[in-house]
Amino acid sequence: MGTPTTIPFAVAPGAISRPPTASERAIDRIARMVTLAFAWSVIGLVTYIVLKIAWTARPAVARFGSDLLTATTWDTNRDLFGLLPAIWGTLYSSIIGVAVGTFFGLAIAIVLSQDFLPRSLETVLKNFIELLAAIPSVVYGLWGIFVVIPALRPLAAWCFDHLGWIPVFGTPFRGPGLLPASLVLAIMVLPTVSALSREALVAVPNKLKEAAYGLGATRWEAILGVLMPTAMTGIFGSIMLGFGRALGETMALAMLVGNSNTLSVSLFSPATTLAALLALNFPEAKGAEAQVLMYAALVLLTITLAVNVIGTAVVTRASIKMRGIR
Amino acid sequence: MSADVELSHAFDDIDLGKLETSLRSPRTLLSALLSATALLASLVACVPLVSVVSMLVIRGGQRLSWEALTATPPAAFTSGGGFGNAILGTLMMVGIAAALSVPCGILAAAYLALLGPETWTSSAVRFAAKVLTGLPSVLAGVFAYAAVVLATGGFSAPAGGVALAVLMLPTVLLTAEEAIRMVPTRMKEAAIGMGTTDSQLLWRIVLPTAMPGILTGVMLAVARAAGETAPLLFTALFSSYWLVNNGQVQLMRPTASLAVLIYNFSAMPFPNQLSLAWAASLVLVVIVLTFNIAGQFLSRNRHRQ
Repeated sequence: MGTPTTIPFAVAPGAISRPPTASERAIDRIARMVTLAFAWSVIGLVTYIVLKIAWTARPAVARFGSDLLTATTWDTNRDLFGLLPAIWGTLYSSIIGVAVGTFFGLAIAIVLSQDFLPRSLETVLKNFIELLAAIPSVVYGLWGIFVVIPALRPLAAWCFDHLGWIPVFGTPFRGPGLLPASLVLAIMVLPTVSALSREALVAVPNKLKEAAYGLGATRWEAILGVLMPTAMTGIFGSIMLGFGRALGETMALAMLVGNSNTLSVSLFSPATTLAALLALNFPEAKGAEAQVLMYAALVLLTITLAVNVIGTAVVTRASIKMRGIR
Repeated sequence: MSADVELSHAFDDIDLGKLETSLRSPRTLLSALLSATALLASLVACVPLVSVVSMLVIRGGQRLSWEALTATPPAAFTSGGGFGNAILGTLMMVGIAAALSVPCGILAAAYLALLGPETWTSSAVRFAAKVLTGLPSVLAGVFAYAAVVLATGGFSAPAGGVALAVLMLPTVLLTAEEAIRMVPTRMKEAAIGMGTTDSQLLWRIVLPTAMPGILTGVMLAVARAAGETAPLLFTALFSSYWLVNNGQVQLMRPTASLAVLIYNFSAMPFPNQLSLAWAASLVLVVIVLTFNIAGQFLSRNRHRQ
């Protein structure tokens, strides 16, 4: 008992492990401070962006107040500004884009998560959708001008001739307008919706699906009756995030929406959106117009922040809820 | 014996034909129709990609030449020209953006994942990063205009770089955090057991191990930034000239980029400019996809480990 325990390998104590020296501790403390500073800088950046935009928009807010949100004319020569058409165009194009994108995105999410296709085809489809997300929006804009608009022309002409009494088809199709812009938006929203919805569907425990099949449900009764309701929070969150993306999308809209300050329910009518308004007018704006555009930026920031915060919160909540089921 | 008899009669009143899947029953018919709709919708969703890629290859490929890649943009009513300065401008602004956002993103991620994961600060930072992810790109441009262009007195490549950095930061940060979290706990514990400080653990063990994952995030962020147009419209503007003039690099001047060139030329009535816009789109998509694929390649290697 009195003999000291010998270390069974020939290494002096302290050669492999030793407590950190004082200088190492000091360096550690500094490194910790540095990473903390960078972490705080992210919070600082977000605060700075919001305050900077709000501060620059302040003169316009003080001068026009909330009248700007409901006025419809835009005449720089007479200093008349109204953001209602842009706000309307932003929401209208985004809602149509998200509706179309959600339909296709959900279909893809279901196909990819429910063993519809053999593994190899599933990978191909998944890569296709990922590629769709990788293409820059300015390229979609160019493609929209030269492919989507010409392709829509005959269909739109027929709709206007035969269904022109419906307000949605109430104006002739002259090229750039809400419809081509919304369709391109749908393509850009689709990857977000399909990827996040797929994640939500995959996260549903298999035993729920197996139980549904055991009770005699068909494949779609299981999907619509059990899987989708369980994954609904996640799917809803993915739609909100897609909506957030659509609201802020700039280039494809600036190139396809027609940039006309009109307020119309017609899909064929040219329109404008907040982001497109900013992109087109900001570079040459002076005086009151520049301030009004900052006001528009503030409105856009508020809308997208609200939508994104709701979307993120919903997605986070969905994953927490899923943990409970497991 | 009697139990067997009972069992054999138990299924007598069940029509076994009803249990077969048959398209004549409305339930299975509906299921089949919905399957067909879903598969058709997936197929239709692939059409735009096929169309975009074929247009890029046909219309862009036609014009792609050495001159297009190296010359400066043509003036109206002239032929020839190219977008060499725009390629250089795009790469330079993305480089500036990466130099700003990558160190900041990785160090902040190190704090979030390793040094203070459960603190109030790190949940606030995570929230801020998610807010930044959803920031419309045009607003990053508005911000950089107000913060850099107005402060330095002119449109410039660094202003464009700042705008792009704002867009890259959340991607770099969130993927780096994820990659650092994926480092096996036993490695960290072994290092701590040997008496490393947290920062030594970070430099020697965690960052080298997490590097492929971090680089994936960087590549994806670079790919996204290279394709962004809106933030450059009123930060870097556009230019028809090279940045190097009379042997001097003039950084603080309007700078060309592929994305803005495509946007500007797409609205022009001249066939020469339009074909250049398509060729530039092809080059831009190739650049974006290269970074994307490089990023995915890195993450695939990591999963194999």
